Amino acid sequence: MSFLQLKGIEKAFGDVHVIQGIDLAINKGEFVVFVGPSGCGKSTLLRLIAGLETATGGSIELDGRDITQLPSSKRDLAMVFQSYALYPHMSVYENMSFALRLAKADPAVIKDKVERAAQILNLGAYLQRTPRELSGGQRQRVAIGRAIVRSPKVFLFDEPLSNLDAALRGQTRVEIAKLHRELGATTIYVTHDQVEAMTLADRVVVLREGRIEQVGTPLELYDRPASRFVAQFIGTPQMNVVAATGLPQLQSALGVRLPGDGAVGLRPENVALRAPGHGHFDGRVELVEALGAETLIYVSTEGGAQLTSRQNTRTALRPGDSVGVELDASAAHLFDAQGHAIPAAAMH
Amino acid sequence: MHDPTSLPLPAQAVRQPASWLLRLNIALVARTAAAWAVTLLLFFPLGWLILTAFKTELQAINVPPLFVFPPTLENFAEVQQRSDYLLYAKNSIITSVLSTLIGLAIAAPAAYSMTFFRTKRTRDILMWMLSTKMMPAVGALVPIYVLAQKSQLLDTQLGLIIVFTLSNLPIMVWMLYSHFKDIPHEILEAARMDGATLWQECRMVLMPLAMGGLAATGLLCLVLAWNEAFWALNLTSARAGTLAALIASYSSPEGLFWSKLSAASLMAIAPIVVFGWFTQKQLVQGLTFGAVK
Repeated sequence: MSFLQLKGIEKAFGDVHVIQGIDLAINKGEFVVFVGPSGCGKSTLLRLIAGLETATGGSIELDGRDITQLPSSKRDLAMVFQSYALYPHMSVYENMSFALRLAKADPAVIKDKVERAAQILNLGAYLQRTPRELSGGQRQRVAIGRAIVRSPKVFLFDEPLSNLDAALRGQTRVEIAKLHRELGATTIYVTHDQVEAMTLADRVVVLREGRIEQVGTPLELYDRPASRFVAQFIGTPQMNVVAATGLPQLQSALGVRLPGDGAVGLRPENVALRAPGHGHFDGRVELVEALGAETLIYVSTEGGAQLTSRQNTRTALRPGDSVGVELDASAAHLFDAQGHAIPAAAMH
Repeated sequence: MHDPTSLPLPAQAVRQPASWLLRLNIALVARTAAAWAVTLLLFFPLGWLILTAFKTELQAINVPPLFVFPPTLENFAEVQQRSDYLLYAKNSIITSVLSTLIGLAIAAPAAYSMTFFRTKRTRDILMWMLSTKMMPAVGALVPIYVLAQKSQLLDTQLGLIIVFTLSNLPIMVWMLYSHFKDIPHEILEAARMDGATLWQECRMVLMPLAMGGLAATGLLCLVLAWNEAFWALNLTSARAGTLAALIASYSSPEGLFWSKLSAASLMAIAPIVVFGWFTQKQLVQGLTFGAVK
């Protein structure tokens, strides 16, 4: 019996079906990330769980209780909004203690809980300030603190790092990961950034057009994507996916029977560049991106296919140079015409 | 005229600031003079009213018009004696205050649902409400009069309160809608997630944030109700007349008694002008909503 169970969840706004039949089981203490492109319905799904939207079909069970018809205030969930949504007219202390004050908790207990949360988040010095007097990162921490104080059954995060600059984003991501380790609370985290998904999640749910594409651990999704969509969504730079007919030499290069009208995927780290004439076939360097720790090289081939190669060493290659392309056949992903992954065993 | 260039060092430095300052001063003086001119022009009728209230009837009709004269309070005394100022004032206060409070009580929930629970039809409803203000009041005079008569609300405070509330309701809903839109809906959602019921959400989060807007709206509608003359004159008589009726009663068939009329008018508008003076910051904020977005 899982902690949070979604059964057949549907949501339609008029004629637009934003969420189409979602089934998901989340275990207690798990950190689950909903990830997907804009408009896939991940925020809507989160809001359905939170109770800020009402589902048009399906049910939600939390800790054995059916909460589908309950209003947000009674679900015992806490949400951290993308825009923080702090109460502007209250101090940090009042923001964090709001829920407990509404529940008429003992002031001494409130003080203790708020101060402990403030200590975890380094907000001790800011308790009397108003949100206006805080920086973006500090406001973010107050929003998280407001959620922690309540000790809810599930934490919900709606793209909390989107409004922060890159440096702060990385820092706060680490803090959220540490927080989860310390508190061990069940968390659902929505993001469009797959790096956040890969680094924070116990399990990742990839959503597309209101449906679940795949659920799995970050590395499962990376190594065994169930579809072309997931294969190209997870991993930066994007996996090279070439139509089976796009590269004439692919068949012999990979040594497997290719799906006639399907596609072949290879991650950039599985495409190696050799001297021209060596490797499986030749190509021409279009662009070199030296990132310091790694180098990305964009190569065009005879069949018109564009491949990205990634290597850990610097390169002397320049645009226009000829190269030999060597593919790691054992790491190839095969997809049929509908985009579903074909298990490798079936192709030999 | 002392030639600045004949001064010892630094001649260059002295010449430029002098003419620059002069140019600045002329522009400043011209702007200030223009501002004063417009202000005096706008204030003139009111100022003349105040002056005339302290003149005798003869002084009031004097040609050329008198600006300096020995003031007298006889007009105020006569107004007080002839008509029951306190009754009219009481009616004005009761009808405008109550109609504003009732109007806010109705308009606030309406604006809340229109702002935070918009539907396809919300904009249409708002436009329709606004359109009711576009018709001149006299167009609805006969039906409203007949309704008031049949419900026995003629010459009653209640009748006026109902009419004032309903006439100001579109303005109140629009102004509150505009102020509520400035409040991010996520803050209210956060309150809901924190366990607030609808009432707690409104009382502890919405109201404090919207208080400025509520006050500005209330004040504006208070002034509008106080100044309302058309319905006040047509629907009331001896018992429920407001200060508008007081002023009108001094326009008599025997001719206009300028100083008494002025005195009565002054007594009618003094309370609201004083009130407006003390709340002018909020009033201006309310009036200029939406102008700067």
